[in-house]
Amino acid sequence: MPLLEITGLKKSFVSPDGAKHTVIDVPEFALSEREQVALSGESGLGKTTFLHLIAGILKPDAGSIRLAGQDVSSLGESARDRLRATTLGYIFQTFNLLPAFTCLENVLLGMSFGPGADRVFAEALLKRVGLGDRLKHYPRQLSTGQQQRVAVARALANRPKLVLADEPTGNLDHANSRAALKLIREACAENGAALLLVSHDREVLGQFETVLDLAAINRATKPVEATI
Amino acid sequence: MSLWQIVFKSLRQHALSTAVTSISIALAGGLLMAVWVVKDQAQATFTQVDGGFDAVLGARSSKLQLVLNAVFHLEASPANIAWNDVLDIQKHPGVELAVPIAMGDNYRGYRIVGTTLEMFTKSEYAPGKRLKPVAPGRLFDASLREAAVGSFAARKLGLTYGSKFHPYHGLNFNEDEQHEDEYVVVGILEPSNTPADKVIWIPIAGVQNMTGHAAETATDVSAVLVKLRSVMAGPSLEQLYNKRGNRLTFAWPMGATMAELFNKISWFDRILALVAVLVAVVAAGSVLASIYNSMNERRRQIAILRALGARRGTIAWTVILEAVAIAAIGSFISYVLYGVILVTAGAVIRAQTGVVLDPFAWHPVLVLAPLGLIALSALAGIVPGWKAYRTDVAANLSPTD
Repeated sequence: MPLLEITGLKKSFVSPDGAKHTVIDVPEFALSEREQVALSGESGLGKTTFLHLIAGILKPDAGSIRLAGQDVSSLGESARDRLRATTLGYIFQTFNLLPAFTCLENVLLGMSFGPGADRVFAEALLKRVGLGDRLKHYPRQLSTGQQQRVAVARALANRPKLVLADEPTGNLDHANSRAALKLIREACAENGAALLLVSHDREVLGQFETVLDLAAINRATKPVEATI
Repeated sequence: MSLWQIVFKSLRQHALSTAVTSISIALAGGLLMAVWVVKDQAQATFTQVDGGFDAVLGARSSKLQLVLNAVFHLEASPANIAWNDVLDIQKHPGVELAVPIAMGDNYRGYRIVGTTLEMFTKSEYAPGKRLKPVAPGRLFDASLREAAVGSFAARKLGLTYGSKFHPYHGLNFNEDEQHEDEYVVVGILEPSNTPADKVIWIPIAGVQNMTGHAAETATDVSAVLVKLRSVMAGPSLEQLYNKRGNRLTFAWPMGATMAELFNKISWFDRILALVAVLVAVVAAGSVLASIYNSMNERRRQIAILRALGARRGTIAWTVILEAVAIAAIGSFISYVLYGVILVTAGAVIRAQTGVVLDPFAWHPVLVLAPLGLIALSALAGIVPGWKAYRTDVAANLSPTD
C-alpha cells in the first residue's frame, strides 16, 4: 500500500474578477514509503498548491488524499494540524525559520507541536546537517545555506513519514544548492522518510531517479500566478 | 517548548510595545490600588483616631469642626469656653476624664496646644499607650515656660531637647506675630502615629497668659477632651449640652462624626474610583491595540507555526497569553508605583493631619486589581486571538505559485 495515494484531486480558486480557475486536477498520484520523487514544472502550474493540499494546509474541492492510511481530505482542521505535526515535514524555498528563535529552538518548536520536544534528537539532527556549533545562533547570524540546513533539520525533527520540499534550493547558489539537495536526500533516507520535491531547476531534477512532470499529471491546463 | 516560551519570545520580539503597554497597565494598577487603599485606610484611620477620648466639648458649632480642631488639630476653634464649663464637665458623674486644651499660637506653622499634665499621665491614645517623652526628656512643668514636642513636629522644626523658641500668634505662621515669651523644649514625645505628633504641647496657662493675649479671656479654653465612664453617659451629656443648652456643643460619638465627613466627600471617592477604572479600561484597550496592530507582521509567523502543525486554538491561546503576560508584567510594576504613590500620599497626609498610613497593610484590592487587569487584558486579547485563529495559512506562506 502506498504511503501517499491521491485520486481525483481538484482545487480551484476564484480570481478577483470572479472567474473560477482550476489549478489542480490530478486524477491519480502515488508515492511509496521511503521513495524519493521530484516533480518538475514551471512557475504557475500549481506546484505549491499541490504540496499544500497534501499537507492539509488547503482543503481540496474534490478527490481524496490518503496519507499513511488517513484520508487527509476528509479530516477536520485540528486533525489535519495533528497529521502535519506527526507525519509530515515541510521544507520551504524561503526556509521560513522563525527569527526570534535560535537554530535549536526552531527545531524544538517543530517538535513541540508533534510528539514533544526531544532536545537530544534535535541537537543530533543539527549536528548531522553540520550545525553542531551553531545551536544557539539566530537565523540572522547564519548564511543562507546554513539557514536551509536548519530548515532540513526542522523538517525531520518529528521523524516524519513524508517530507515535502518546495523549491528547497531556489534561494541557494550553485554550490550550496548541490550540497543542500544531497543533504536533504541523505537525511530523508537515514530517517526513513519519503521525499516529494518540487522544482523547476533542471540540475536539481537531474539528481533524482524518478522525475514526474506536474503538467503531465495535472490536467488543469491554465497556469495561474498564485494560489489565491 | 511550551506556549509560555513562545509567548516570551514574542514579547521580546516586540519589546518596545511590550514595555509601553506594560507601563500603561502598571499606571492603571498602581492608581487603582492607591486610590482604594488611601481611601479606605484614611477613612478607617480618621474614624478610629480619638486620642483616647470619647467626645469633645466646645463652643456652639458643628460637631465636625470641634473634632477636627480638638483632635486632629485642623480647622480653627469656633470660640472659647469658660473655665467653669471645664469644671462642670469634670464633675459630671458620667465623665472619667476631662482635659482642657487651649490653642491660638503656633511655631513656624506647627500648632501650639496648651493643656494639663493629665493629657499625658491619665489619657491613653491607644490601649496601654500614653504620650511620653523620649529619654532624657520629661514632660513640661505646668508652672514654667516649657514644652514637650510631638515627634513629627520636632523633626520638621529641628527642635531637640534644650531648644528654645518663641511662639507666634495665630494658628497660621506669620513672622511679624512673634510673642516675647521664650519656651524651652524639655521633652520630645515618642511617635504615636496620631495627630499629637505634629503638636507642640505647653502648659495651658502658657497659652492663656501668653504676652499679647487678652487678659479677660485668660481663663478660657478652646475645648475639653472628654473620656466617658461608660458609653451610656454619652446620650445624657448630648441631651444636656446639645438639646437643652444652646451655648456649647458636645461632639459625641467622635467616630460617627468623622464618618459623616467621609460621607460628605464620598462623591469625590466615586469620581476617583471611576477615573481609576477608566484608566484600567484604557490600559486594557492599549494591550488590544498593541497586539492587534502587530497582527499583520505576525501573519507569516502564524502561518509557519500552523505549517509546523500548531493548531488554530494553540495559536489563539499564545496571543491571549501574550496579553495576559503583558498585564502580569504591568501588574508587577504596578506594585512599585503603588508604593511610590502611597508613600507620597502618606507623607502629605501625615504632614497635614499627623495620621499615618501603612503602605504594607493588607487590602483585598492589592490582589483584586492586578487580577482584574489580567482578566481584562485576557478579554482584550481575545480579539487579536480570534484574528490569529482565522489566519489563512496558505496565503501567508510565501512564496507561492
